[in-house]
Amino acid sequence: MRCERTGPEPKSRFFAAFGMTSLGRAVSVLLAGVVSSGLAPIAPAQVTAERLRESAKEPQNWLMYSGDYAGRRYSTLDQIDTKNAVSLAPKWAYQTMAGGKFETTPLVVDGVLYATGADDRAFALDARSGRPIWQYQRALPPDVRPCCGRVNRGFAILGDKVFLGTLDAHVVALDTKTGNVVWDVGTSDYNKGYSITLAPLVIRNLVLIGVSGGEYGIRGFIDAYDAATGARKWRFYTVPGPGEPGHETWEDDSWKIGGAPAWITGTYDPLTNTTFWTTGNPSPSNRGEGRAGDNLYSNSLLALDPDAGKLKWYFQFTKHDEHDYDATQVPVLVDDGERHLIMQANRNGFFYVIDRSNGKLLSATPYGKVTWSNTKDASGVPIERKEASPTLTGVPVCPGAIGATNWMSPTYDPKTKLFYVTAREQCDIFSTAPQPYDPGHAFYGSAYFPNDDAEPFWGALRAIDPATSQIKWELKHLSPSWSGVLSTAGGLVFTGDAEGNFMALDAASGKIVWHFQCGASVYSSPMTYAIDGKQYVAIAAGTTLFAFGLP
Amino acid sequence: MRPVHLFALILQNRGMAIRPFLCLACLALLGYFAWNDAVLAQDKNPYEGNPEVAKLGEYQFRLNCAFCHGLGARGGGRGPDLTRAQKRHGNSDAEMFHNIHDGIPGTAMPAATNGGIGVGMSDEEIWQVISYLRRIQVKAPAQPGGNPEHGKQLFIGASGCSTCHMIQGKGGRLGPDLTTVGASRSVEYLVESVRNPSRRLAQGILEAMKEFPEEYESVSVVTADGTKLSGVLLNQDQFTLQMLDTREQLRLFEKAELRSFETRRESAMPVYDQKALSDKDLQDLIAYLQSAGVQ
Repeated sequence: MRCERTGPEPKSRFFAAFGMTSLGRAVSVLLAGVVSSGLAPIAPAQVTAERLRESAKEPQNWLMYSGDYAGRRYSTLDQIDTKNAVSLAPKWAYQTMAGGKFETTPLVVDGVLYATGADDRAFALDARSGRPIWQYQRALPPDVRPCCGRVNRGFAILGDKVFLGTLDAHVVALDTKTGNVVWDVGTSDYNKGYSITLAPLVIRNLVLIGVSGGEYGIRGFIDAYDAATGARKWRFYTVPGPGEPGHETWEDDSWKIGGAPAWITGTYDPLTNTTFWTTGNPSPSNRGEGRAGDNLYSNSLLALDPDAGKLKWYFQFTKHDEHDYDATQVPVLVDDGERHLIMQANRNGFFYVIDRSNGKLLSATPYGKVTWSNTKDASGVPIERKEASPTLTGVPVCPGAIGATNWMSPTYDPKTKLFYVTAREQCDIFSTAPQPYDPGHAFYGSAYFPNDDAEPFWGALRAIDPATSQIKWELKHLSPSWSGVLSTAGGLVFTGDAEGNFMALDAASGKIVWHFQCGASVYSSPMTYAIDGKQYVAIAAGTTLFAFGLP
Repeated sequence: MRPVHLFALILQNRGMAIRPFLCLACLALLGYFAWNDAVLAQDKNPYEGNPEVAKLGEYQFRLNCAFCHGLGARGGGRGPDLTRAQKRHGNSDAEMFHNIHDGIPGTAMPAATNGGIGVGMSDEEIWQVISYLRRIQVKAPAQPGGNPEHGKQLFIGASGCSTCHMIQGKGGRLGPDLTTVGASRSVEYLVESVRNPSRRLAQGILEAMKEFPEEYESVSVVTADGTKLSGVLLNQDQFTLQMLDTREQLRLFEKAELRSFETRRESAMPVYDQKALSDKDLQDLIAYLQSAGVQ
């Protein structure tokens, strides 16, 4: 018998020993006042829901995973530009000493940087110097087995708390000044394959998360927790239960292990009070037999009322998926005049433009090599080609199992009006097998493997013009990259590659204007912030978080 | 699992106040021996010969291993043939468990942990995979029946293999070291590599965080002063290139400073067709490669 850990975990003695007395605290407040009035115009204040909504007013801060509620990963900071980027240099580096992939996007609020690392560690740094303020390490149960690395993508923040989802499927609130655990709630059973790797999204007083576990036959959900107490306010199951609309899209009891995890941070439109979340593959990913039907709401875009968790509308990108085409790419909100749109470069190889008010598809255009679909239904939605269905011995299909892109963030630059995405050109052979479901055990229904006769794998950063869905330019990567993309008002896009380079490109032309060798493949998405009027760009690579700036 | 470490830890934690805890330590010691027995028992596959477990192992193999070792474990471009009874890194249950559980240092074989092999495997799943591999193991390994002595003469002599390949420290550097290739790769793979060397390029440098290793591509460059060089690509990124030229000199370049460069997904190795190497000679050569890695 295994039991799930709940309750807050004790912090190490080291940190407890350095807990401040009230006298000490008073002195330090006094000192901080003296120092800040003399040197630094930093005025730490609580992060309110209002500040999150108006994040555009404080571009020096990076208040949420994608930078803003629209998910654009775009900054109006323009000190670093196409002319001076050539002189960018490292300002500091912070070593987590953690092996595995380092996928975090840090938050920066009023001079303090908050980030997470592998194995659910977390830290707060002086964002000017990289010096740690506090460190946190979750005591994970020894038998957690998240599918794809012991990774975490970052925090959300509200008030004096930062929020973290964990590999044992808890949501934890830490105090922003000390890293102390304020509350810690379990969401689901990690022994059955549930885990959390995404950065939560805060809307008003709620902390929204989704789960990972599409490799284990979980039943996916999106949860909202009260930021103050950790009490769960609602749960939206991404696989509808008996009596709910969409339940009929599952064969027999297949819905119970239907997957559809929501493992990338959603976005939010305050005007209509709608939050947009995307979901992953139905389980088992490589075998459609036994789950006949569209398998709602797998591989879908969900428009939810954030207060009640009620579904407003949905759009399913890949019906009855058999190729692991999770739709877990940030759904980017773009306003084009009167048109309120959602754009997504999907893992299945199509670039989708969707009407944000009702979920109607406006266009779906390939942005890489696609062979899984050669037809569209009456509404223009690409449909699986029968011959692409996996067999016992395997069939070659493009894109491969990792997809034409994956979780790495795209960016939308309102100045160039281009959508930038890290693309992968890799075809795989998909096979299927009648693998039985066993709780907590990997449940794919079989495997994918490289096609020896296919071209070698490669990748590219592609700039898509959403007006035409055509590719304006591309930067070819020698091998596929796992880096996301940041765009800035300095006319730059920043991205990394598998060879360890972090680069700045001219957003209009794709020309590389600066690069730095980080020493390890980039598995994260860049962000930018400013302190004392100096702009920084940060990226995680290997075991290290780097911050770059002008000399 | 390291029982010794656990025992040391028990003593260490008792520290100076060992006497009051003597009984506890005795109990721990007893427990340790009982537990160690259980661990030793784990050196043997607890599911040996169980066809249902072997079937589950096949599914686990597909999920975790097929990407490199191929669907039927016959070896892919990346991983060796695992159907051979004689495995380079050990055949016993304990050795195979260890190799899967902890990975094999110096090779692309990762540990069965998260972010290592596939989705990661529990001890139970590792034994399932071993059960599967035992079931598909080829009883008598395919013997080429060649003459290894003659194969060696061809390798270092008439066929010129050692111009570019090393075996046990002797030979050239332009191609991969072949000391262990005969012990880990299927005969089909070796035949293909000789008859059609460009079909699957050999793996070169493996970087810790990079998904795919560099391969033995051919490269030619023209330097700023017009010097032309060709050779084997050791590594490259968007901005730099590292190569070994045909005179076995390391050449390191900034791409922007080159007049031109070209990499080709072609092996620098000539195609050895029937004319260059008869089937009989090829058999002898493979017999030599297979004997070379066996110490």
